[in-house]
Amino acid sequence: MIATRKSLLGIRELDPDEIVEILDTAASFQEIQQRSIKKVPTLRGATVVNLFFEASTRTRSSFELAEKRLSADVLNFSASVSSVSKGESLRDTAKNIEAMNVDVLVMRHGSSGACHFLDRHVEARVVNAGDGQHEHPTQALLDALTLRDLFGKLEGLRVVILGDVSHSRVARSNIFLLTKMGAKVTVCGPPTMLPPEIQALGVEESTDVRAALREADAVNVLRIQFERTKESLIPSIREYARYFGINERKLSELPEGFTVLHPGPMNRGTEISHGVAEAHSGTILRQVSNGVAVRMAVLYLLYGGEARN
Amino acid sequence: MTDTTPEAPSAQPPLRRIVEKARIMSVDDMRRAISRLSHEILERNGGPDGVVIAGIRTRGQFLAERIVRKIEEIEDIKMPMGILDITLYRDDLQTVAKQPVVRSTEIPVSIVDKHIVLVDDVLYTGRTVRAAMDELIDFGRPRTIQLAVLVDRGHRELPIRADYVGKNVPTSQSEVVKVQFEEVDGEDSVLVCELEDEE
Repeated sequence: MIATRKSLLGIRELDPDEIVEILDTAASFQEIQQRSIKKVPTLRGATVVNLFFEASTRTRSSFELAEKRLSADVLNFSASVSSVSKGESLRDTAKNIEAMNVDVLVMRHGSSGACHFLDRHVEARVVNAGDGQHEHPTQALLDALTLRDLFGKLEGLRVVILGDVSHSRVARSNIFLLTKMGAKVTVCGPPTMLPPEIQALGVEESTDVRAALREADAVNVLRIQFERTKESLIPSIREYARYFGINERKLSELPEGFTVLHPGPMNRGTEISHGVAEAHSGTILRQVSNGVAVRMAVLYLLYGGEARN
Repeated sequence: MTDTTPEAPSAQPPLRRIVEKARIMSVDDMRRAISRLSHEILERNGGPDGVVIAGIRTRGQFLAERIVRKIEEIEDIKMPMGILDITLYRDDLQTVAKQPVVRSTEIPVSIVDKHIVLVDDVLYTGRTVRAAMDELIDFGRPRTIQLAVLVDRGHRELPIRADYVGKNVPTSQSEVVKVQFEEVDGEDSVLVCELEDEE
């Protein structure tokens, strides 16, 4: 079970049982978000450091709220205003932070595998908050919790992951999670954004959005990451919006109850139209509140006694 | 070597089994005790107004449901009931081997200015009740917090006492008191068991 693990680095190494354990625990934490005092004393005395080497508002705030609602002491550390900008290595940064006796390191980093590297060099627990183009496990978990809330189960669910699958850690973590839980996943996007041999991960591939959506219960719309795609993968934003953007016209062919997820922040008018963003804001905001519950669950489960010294 | 028994890994702690020693309450005893507890709660609070019964997961929840049903029967009213999961308020999370499963707490009404009756099956060290009170206070400021238990077995580690007790049972610390409910255990009964090391 997850309590025997030291760290959460990715979905790929988790068993389906562990995923269910995290989702069930998160479901219990949802209730705390509704209380007037949204705080429990569970991680009192624990110190958690949020180590963010990439710009992030949403994920960092979500982790910070989760930590504070569990009564942990929180230290935020962002690369732009720290010793990293003075040329310190990741290992030295981590070693220095660890010398202050921290219990959990939550890290976002631009390089794939940075969290695995960190995990090998520190005694503290490590939670991956996104590493390069590799994984973003808590995002996949909150997407799954949202889908499970809406559909009651993940097994047999048909989910389209739409957009720049090649460069997306959200897509990778979602693919690992959904296929492990018995959902049917189709990745969809322009051919330049689909990695070769993606079928090896047990997913279908499509470049026809309408056809893919017709065979699905939900779509997870990836953000077009202008900052991450340096080379041109698409002729123009307008063309992408027209062929691959989710808009009212494409959704009008689909049955009621078709679900649109978006990890945020949304580029309205690019991958998702204004109308769809409004109509599905309930689900998309539910992802955000589920994010806090999922992160509380991960911190609670990892902070178990077995692996602690 | 003449030992023919399959070799047991010596590093493992000895297996312990629970051996039943005595049946201290039967179905009828439990029914009468719950009935008396319900009457006492009503008497002490001058009726059901402003009283909220809150069961502590999991056995306390079943006891609380019985008490609520009894009070509803006596007074012919609908009564609010809450369920507390105290896992996140435990004081031993740093020492237990594996994180216990967290279930949700359900408090359907505001507890501000209410008389809250916490309900649990067995009162032992008092640590569960301490955790439950801490959790409850995070939901608001009740007028009073009272405690109802089916069995008080002694050995308190905190200055806590029950307001309503089904049965006082002197026990030794090696004993286990098992309260069984038909909903989960197939029968209503209270057993005193002994923990014994397996051969």
